[in-house]
Amino acid sequence: MSDVTIIEGGRVIDPASGTDGVRAVVLKDGLVADVAERVERPSGARVVDARGRWVTPGFIDLHVHLREPGQEYKETVASGARAAVAGGFTAVVCMPNTKPVNDTLAVTELILARAAAAGLARVYPCGCISRGQAGEDLAEFGELRAGGCVAVSDDGKPVMSPALMRRALEYARAFSLPVAVHEEDLHLVGQGVMHEGAASTRLGLKGIPGQAEEVMVLRDIALAELTGGRLHLQHVSAAGSVRAVREAKRRGLQVTAEVTPHHLTLTDEDVAASGYSTGLKMSPPLRSAEDVRACVEGLADGTIDCIATDHAPHSSVEKDVEFDAALNGVTGLETAFPVCLALVRRGALGERRLVEALSAAPARAFSLPGGTLARGAPADVAILDPAAEWTFDAAATHSRSSNSPWKGRRLTGRCTHTFVGGRLVHQAGGEAR
Amino acid sequence: MIGRQKHCIALEDFSREEILQVLDLAVSMKEVLRRPIKKVPSLRGKSVVNLFFEASTRTRSSFEIAAKTLSADCLNWTSASSSVTKGETLIDTARNLEAMRPDVLVIRHSAGGAPRLVADHVGCAVVSAGDGAHEHPSQGLLDCFTVRERLGTLEGKTLAIVGDVSHSRVARSDLHAFPKLGARVRLCGPPTMMPSGVEKLGCTVHTDLRAAVEGADAVIMLRIQHERIGDPLIPNTREYSKLWGLNARKAADWLKPGALVLHPGPINRGVELSPEVADGPASVILDQVQNGVAVRMAILYLLAGGDAAEAKA
Ligand SMILES: [Zn+2]
Repeated sequence: MSDVTIIEGGRVIDPASGTDGVRAVVLKDGLVADVAERVERPSGARVVDARGRWVTPGFIDLHVHLREPGQEYKETVASGARAAVAGGFTAVVCMPNTKPVNDTLAVTELILARAAAAGLARVYPCGCISRGQAGEDLAEFGELRAGGCVAVSDDGKPVMSPALMRRALEYARAFSLPVAVHEEDLHLVGQGVMHEGAASTRLGLKGIPGQAEEVMVLRDIALAELTGGRLHLQHVSAAGSVRAVREAKRRGLQVTAEVTPHHLTLTDEDVAASGYSTGLKMSPPLRSAEDVRACVEGLADGTIDCIATDHAPHSSVEKDVEFDAALNGVTGLETAFPVCLALVRRGALGERRLVEALSAAPARAFSLPGGTLARGAPADVAILDPAAEWTFDAAATHSRSSNSPWKGRRLTGRCTHTFVGGRLVHQAGGEAR
Repeated sequence: MIGRQKHCIALEDFSREEILQVLDLAVSMKEVLRRPIKKVPSLRGKSVVNLFFEASTRTRSSFEIAAKTLSADCLNWTSASSSVTKGETLIDTARNLEAMRPDVLVIRHSAGGAPRLVADHVGCAVVSAGDGAHEHPSQGLLDCFTVRERLGTLEGKTLAIVGDVSHSRVARSDLHAFPKLGARVRLCGPPTMMPSGVEKLGCTVHTDLRAAVEGADAVIMLRIQHERIGDPLIPNTREYSKLWGLNARKAADWLKPGALVLHPGPINRGVELSPEVADGPASVILDQVQNGVAVRMAILYLLAGGDAAEAKA
């Protein structure tokens, strides 16, 4: 007998198929078998009551750091995948800045083997743009693609050489690989540790202007036009970058962009108010209220395609230090939905657009399966309670690290169930396996 | 306590009353320094630890003299390198020192926010002796003290701060303190040395030295650090000195009679200040040094558990 799950009574929001209303969703043999107002209930089917909740495609995160191999004290593929499904994410793309970096088949295969053993979220490795992430020679895109990498990136570092970036965009065309870039001109970044503005001036911390990102975004849009390559802009944070992407899309270039929950909701003034909290230190830095507004508008109007968390776990060893010395990054998988839902509650973002930005849009950007509940799609589903109030408790996080700006904070909106390939892999308050 | 402040880390957090509490007590402390026997028993049995991660003989000595004049025990803990490179974290270092039960921990560190981080992890009072480009609160207070002592009040006065404001913790502390006491602040220097959004702190920003110092009641000339030249913030000290340095001729032509010239030291003679101005009648630079001890005595006294009324008696 086949494995059947019926999710009943929930509001199905599936932007890819245009569905928004109370429907039953039937999951069978790892696929979405049906979405309808009324469905048969075969005997032996598992029935999940989703009344009062949202039933959406499982979320897809194009930007996470799982730290394995090499920094397992921060996160492993398994613990990261566990945090992912707890946040409603059924697929994640893991960045290659591990130790060693993912520039060879061996590392790609290790990540995939660990992910298969964990059996939680789907884990798609991202390979390096440059060998050793050294910014000099191209990594073996062909072998990385064949091994299962879905994109290439030197994330954590920008590709400073325009010549290398040009060749990467060109060469990646042979494999239809998106070239994902962390945009910062290191000369303009200098020793900066936060956004440059009145807040950095008061704190006496060295600033990084938004233009450090914008000039690289403009450069790479020009190179995307030159090469016809697929450019993906990671964690866009500056108003100027949003303007540049809007213009590039208007001209029909193959450019996609992501934005993080923290860049949509927090500003440099929050860094000042926190009293140098390293839980608010990341790269790119939290920017001005004006930049945040531009990012939210860009997300709402589709200029920015998707939300990606840049989940970047670090231990207290790297974070309980001087702000200047702390490593960049915050965790995000378990808090992304409630944090972004706050934008919906204040009318800055539509509900369907939010779901799309977390599912269909990232699937499209990297040509990944899923992101929809259309019949025949993978049975990757999130059930979300938009009214659930809870405290993000550092002790209860599924990640190995708790370097989150929302540590200890009350949040509204929570994933209650997550299905991957039809299997229940997460249930709030209970360990489903 | 200084008013509601358990620590002295940032004048941004201080109210006008809290600043005045320190300045008024420092007047009494300065009396002590003028006595033949420069010692009072006010902090006998209390201890002060100077934790310096940046070399600064003058500030450390000033805190040390302040502590000893009040009869506190004083321990100097100097670390040439930052805790990060040494392997021990700042929090561990601070906790180790705290185990010696000091009443006040004075900390100088190259990273902005370091005293705050320490204060969050220790039980004793923390005094910043300068953190990165953030603040140098005792310097800001002694600048206020010095100008107030000479001019009688800061109310309605105009202060010009000239130089590399972007890297200056002194400028930031002055910028928070002087306006709270009724003074207006003008900043002046090359645009490369003006930090972003600084005008939002309630000052005017000038590039022309004459416009900044004309009519000012006091001028603080900041030290130009030679490592800034290659940054590159300025072409060289020659051009800087020509455009933003204060020499005898500019002082005579542009400063109003009775205007004061301050400098947090150490001076680059011939760069930001010519020797004639540094040693001239307008200069109160040596007053600043003595007032620094008095102000630091007041800070240590209040934070180590002294009572302001008792000290004056
Ligand atoms: Zn990045």
